[in-house]
Amino acid sequence: MSNKFTRRGVLKTGAGAGAGLALPTIFTGNVWAAAHSGYTNAPQGSSVTLGFNVPQTGPYADEGADELRAFQLAVEHLNGEGDGGMISTFSSKTLQGNGIMGKKVEFVTGDTQTKSDAARASAKSMIEKDGAIMISGGSSSGVAVAVQGLCQEAGVIFMAGLTHSNDTTGKDKKANGFRHFFNAYMSGAALAPVLEKLYGKDRAAYHLTADYTWGWTQQESIQAATEAIGWKTINNVLTPLAQTDFSSYIAPVLNSGADVLVLNHYGGNMVNSLTNAVQFGLREKQVNGKNFEIVVPLYSELMAKGAGKNIAGIVGSQNWDWKLEDEGTKAFVQSFGTKYGFPPSQAAQTCYAQTLLYADAVERAKSFNPCAVAEALEGYEFDGLGNGKTLYRAEDHQCFKDVLVVRGAENPQDEFHLVEIVEVTPVGQVTYAPDHPMFAGGALGSCNPGA
Amino acid sequence: MLGLDKKDFTLLLVVAALVLLAPFILNPFPADSAMAQFNAGYPDLMQRFVIFGIFAIGFNILFGLTGYLSFGHAAFLGVGSYSAVWMFKLLSMNVIPAIILAVIVSGVFALVIGFVSLRRTGIYFSILTLAFAQMSFNLAYSVLTPITNGETGLQITLNDPRILGVSATAEGGIPVTNLFGLEMRGTEVLNIGPWAFQFNNGYYLCGVIMLIAFYISIRIFRSPFGLMLRAIKANKTRLNYTGLNTRPYALAAFVISGMYAGLAGGLLASMDPLAGAERMQWTASGEVVLMTILGGAGTLIGPVVGAGFIKYFENIFSKINESVLHGWFSFLPEGMENGVVWVTEHFVGPGWHLTLGLLFMLVVTFLPGGLVEGGQKLAGLFRRKSKSEAPDGAAQKHPAE
Amino acid sequence: MDAIILQLLNGLDKGSAYALIALGLTLIFGTLGVVNFAHGALFMIGAFCAVTLSKLFNISYETVDPTRKDFLGNPLKIKEPYLEHWFGHDLGATLIDWAVPLAILFSIPIMIAVGFIMERGLIKHFYKRPHADQILVTFGLAIVLQELIKHYYGANPLPTPAPAALTGSFDFGALIGFDPNVVIYPYWRLVYFAFAAVVIGAVFAFLQFTTFGMVVRAGMADRETVGLLGINIDKRFTIMFGIAAAVAGMAGVMYAPINSPNYHMGMDFLVLSFVVVVVGGMGSLPGAVAAGFLLGILESFASMNEIKSLLPGIDQIIIYLVAIIILLTRPRGLMGRKGVMEE
Repeated sequence: MSNKFTRRGVLKTGAGAGAGLALPTIFTGNVWAAAHSGYTNAPQGSSVTLGFNVPQTGPYADEGADELRAFQLAVEHLNGEGDGGMISTFSSKTLQGNGIMGKKVEFVTGDTQTKSDAARASAKSMIEKDGAIMISGGSSSGVAVAVQGLCQEAGVIFMAGLTHSNDTTGKDKKANGFRHFFNAYMSGAALAPVLEKLYGKDRAAYHLTADYTWGWTQQESIQAATEAIGWKTINNVLTPLAQTDFSSYIAPVLNSGADVLVLNHYGGNMVNSLTNAVQFGLREKQVNGKNFEIVVPLYSELMAKGAGKNIAGIVGSQNWDWKLEDEGTKAFVQSFGTKYGFPPSQAAQTCYAQTLLYADAVERAKSFNPCAVAEALEGYEFDGLGNGKTLYRAEDHQCFKDVLVVRGAENPQDEFHLVEIVEVTPVGQVTYAPDHPMFAGGALGSCNPGA
Repeated sequence: MLGLDKKDFTLLLVVAALVLLAPFILNPFPADSAMAQFNAGYPDLMQRFVIFGIFAIGFNILFGLTGYLSFGHAAFLGVGSYSAVWMFKLLSMNVIPAIILAVIVSGVFALVIGFVSLRRTGIYFSILTLAFAQMSFNLAYSVLTPITNGETGLQITLNDPRILGVSATAEGGIPVTNLFGLEMRGTEVLNIGPWAFQFNNGYYLCGVIMLIAFYISIRIFRSPFGLMLRAIKANKTRLNYTGLNTRPYALAAFVISGMYAGLAGGLLASMDPLAGAERMQWTASGEVVLMTILGGAGTLIGPVVGAGFIKYFENIFSKINESVLHGWFSFLPEGMENGVVWVTEHFVGPGWHLTLGLLFMLVVTFLPGGLVEGGQKLAGLFRRKSKSEAPDGAAQKHPAE
Repeated sequence: MDAIILQLLNGLDKGSAYALIALGLTLIFGTLGVVNFAHGALFMIGAFCAVTLSKLFNISYETVDPTRKDFLGNPLKIKEPYLEHWFGHDLGATLIDWAVPLAILFSIPIMIAVGFIMERGLIKHFYKRPHADQILVTFGLAIVLQELIKHYYGANPLPTPAPAALTGSFDFGALIGFDPNVVIYPYWRLVYFAFAAVVIGAVFAFLQFTTFGMVVRAGMADRETVGLLGINIDKRFTIMFGIAAAVAGMAGVMYAPINSPNYHMGMDFLVLSFVVVVVGGMGSLPGAVAAGFLLGILESFASMNEIKSLLPGIDQIIIYLVAIIILLTRPRGLMGRKGVMEE
């Protein structure tokens, strides 16, 4: 880790041109277009600055730290250091390990605090002060939507990190924003057939849903998908985000007649609600002559770790898992594991992939201009980044790829094997029309280069 | 001048000079030097400095003068932001109506909450305000999502039905906030040698408004009304015994400080049209309390200093990462460099909270009365040494400035 | 009916957590007149005592199993805790299983020490300072403690399960004439309730029936007079601080199996515990306990579907709404004394 990275990138807003002149030069126009190349923060000189905006404080700090590790690794690989990771397995061969378009990649980091306000402040400082040309990262949909909006106004590209709400590429989609991660609809679509196979058609589900936008879209998606296979929905109860003890929401499940509990919770909420549900003996319960089951639509490695033994046998979905067998995954796990000593999380993988995808799009567009980059990403098909064949759909800037259905392991061999892959749902099953009602109500608008 | 005595006027002038020259003062390091990390002279942070300065000045009118510790002031900031964004969505992208509505709505909100909460004093009052603010936050995050857009925060979209102005620009973008056509995000960059100074329209608008707000607060501090508020703090019971009802005075102070908070919220939304619910959370209310105490409660300039201090840490220290540290200490031998970086990185980047916590403790332990009073004591100590005289009586009598 | 009984149990359970935290807080707040924003951090440190002990018990030596591979394809290292190695598999595993209850013993001296150090090293200097300064310094301390824990344990919650023998559910309904398996309640939560009752009882008995307690109560009522009588009240207050820290810490240890501890759990409870103390009334220990149970029970009932469908979002605000109503109808909370923290 020592000297592999140089100091933070220099401010490039015209400083190069003006340097050394005794007379002040005054540029007019706004800061978004401070450089003279027709778009915001056009890289000057021999380097280009990327902004990685992740939660470093608050409950998602560990997830943010893992995203940051992936970003650092990606920057190393782009600059030709280390073993190159997924660059060698990536279907596009434009990346040569000489930075992006020959410019050395530098990066700045910031703390989103998982608050939309703080995340925007941090992203703004990257754009206004550090001259970042692309912003990536984040660990919640609220933050992703807020920062995506900012990047649209500022005229830089936003490569979303972990964000799972339908809205990010639905009603809040933006021309400058791109999402590699999967979404709530895809979780529902991927889970339903597996749930049918495991638990049958005749089930009654009880939903507990975190009372904010992500929770609602997740609940709506999974309810629609399970009702399509014949499940009944007994109830949907909204729980406050700040809730820590879910006992008073779990207790009514006991005698509700439901035989499946769906926990539309993420992070600390999910860890606590699942722990509480297991405490109340729901895993051993028999209802309507069937075993009571718990489903957690969105899984993450960190949540699995936090919930400990309680996740054994519980089904959910993931964007990616390090245990996949394809070449891209193997290369990435090898590279990440060697450097940090443990396998990467799905948050790390999506951030790594996003950075590579951005760099590749710049190379293919032969320009850092956000509009050129956006055009290069739109409708782009690629492979070798761990998720198999993937399409960046032009209509909504959402990636379409296979989705994993996973299950908590009964007897994990070590702390890295907490979940096991049940099925890889092929992309065809999770694809939806761009005008699907769950994604309606927004428009990409036109790309903004900032000038 | 302006109805101020000489000392207050000088203070106002100094603050005005600082605000106007902030783009220079906050950018002391050349843009490509290693220390540029410490530069705070970019539009967003400068705006935050003055906006949170306004918030803290207003809070100080209530807390510094009357001693009523409100733990729910962020609610007014949040309400101000929401009103301003709704104004942008429905009426016009001009910031003036938005700011006016923000102040009015938060004033009304403060009147209602203040009227109820001021029935109690001390900690009971604090908890009442806290309860109202937490209720506002929780509802804004969940049930009131149609009005507040919940977790994501209220934003401007491409299909807002704006009465004056267009929903989308000709290029298909979202229109930007402006003051009669002057774009708030517009920035002039001045390059002098390796320095790059940024002059932002929005910042100067906020700066001017802050000066006005600061001036009003000085006038309040020096007015008979201010004296009455101080009397409430000194001994409310005695005031009551003299047959005076203190509640209207306290309520007036509460509403004024609520309007200041609304003004700050409106300005935040004008600079960046997004209103997030976290702005109303108790941590945000706690932040303004900390700003005021840290800078010096009851002093005129203290709250502004405290606001600047905390915002600086939040925005500058959180961005220092390992590679930046390696850049700084690269002159050291390898082993030593790694050692120094290892120690330092606990206090920056993800560890910025730790530094902030430690500084809170150090400041309040060793500089009772806050940064401003501490600074004055240091200055007094210095003066005493150089003049070897008795301490300056005037400075001792008015530690308030 | 079964739903009401279940929510009543939930309420008592939540209430016992609130009451325990509020009890410790009010000992400091009401007796020493210090607004202690670091109290939540003490609760959090208690929970991490449980985490630490279970980590200590799980310190393992590694053997290499060449037949299996780890995630990088290297031979898998198998970990076996030393405890199982030393005491045999059964006893060792039992000790590890019972880490949380054992952590109670482990936590008491630690928490008392933490309390003493805090009081002597920091809080002592702030007795005569304004409440605002106390808020700032204790808030700073809370952040520092939190960040230290985050540094060593990370931000992710750490599962700390209860002993296997206490993980199941107790068929409470069968006792009072319901069908089997209708009203069941987790053993550990019942243990928590019983534990809280014992601790609360012990604190009250201590203050009520010992000379020490009598002096402290006198000091709460009128510190100056007690000081004039030549009693060293300061030393007793230090001890009270230690006791308050121990109560918060034990509440934290026992809470660890209910929800996996994380570094900011103290902040999550902080605001709530202040509300509980104030609703109970400043300077009143019974008030704090009563308010804790009252708010816990009301919170549980507010989350029932029948009530939520009448008043959507009521569970989001119930605590604060109740606080406002009580403070407006009873000027000093449930049982507050005149003149305490009213300035």
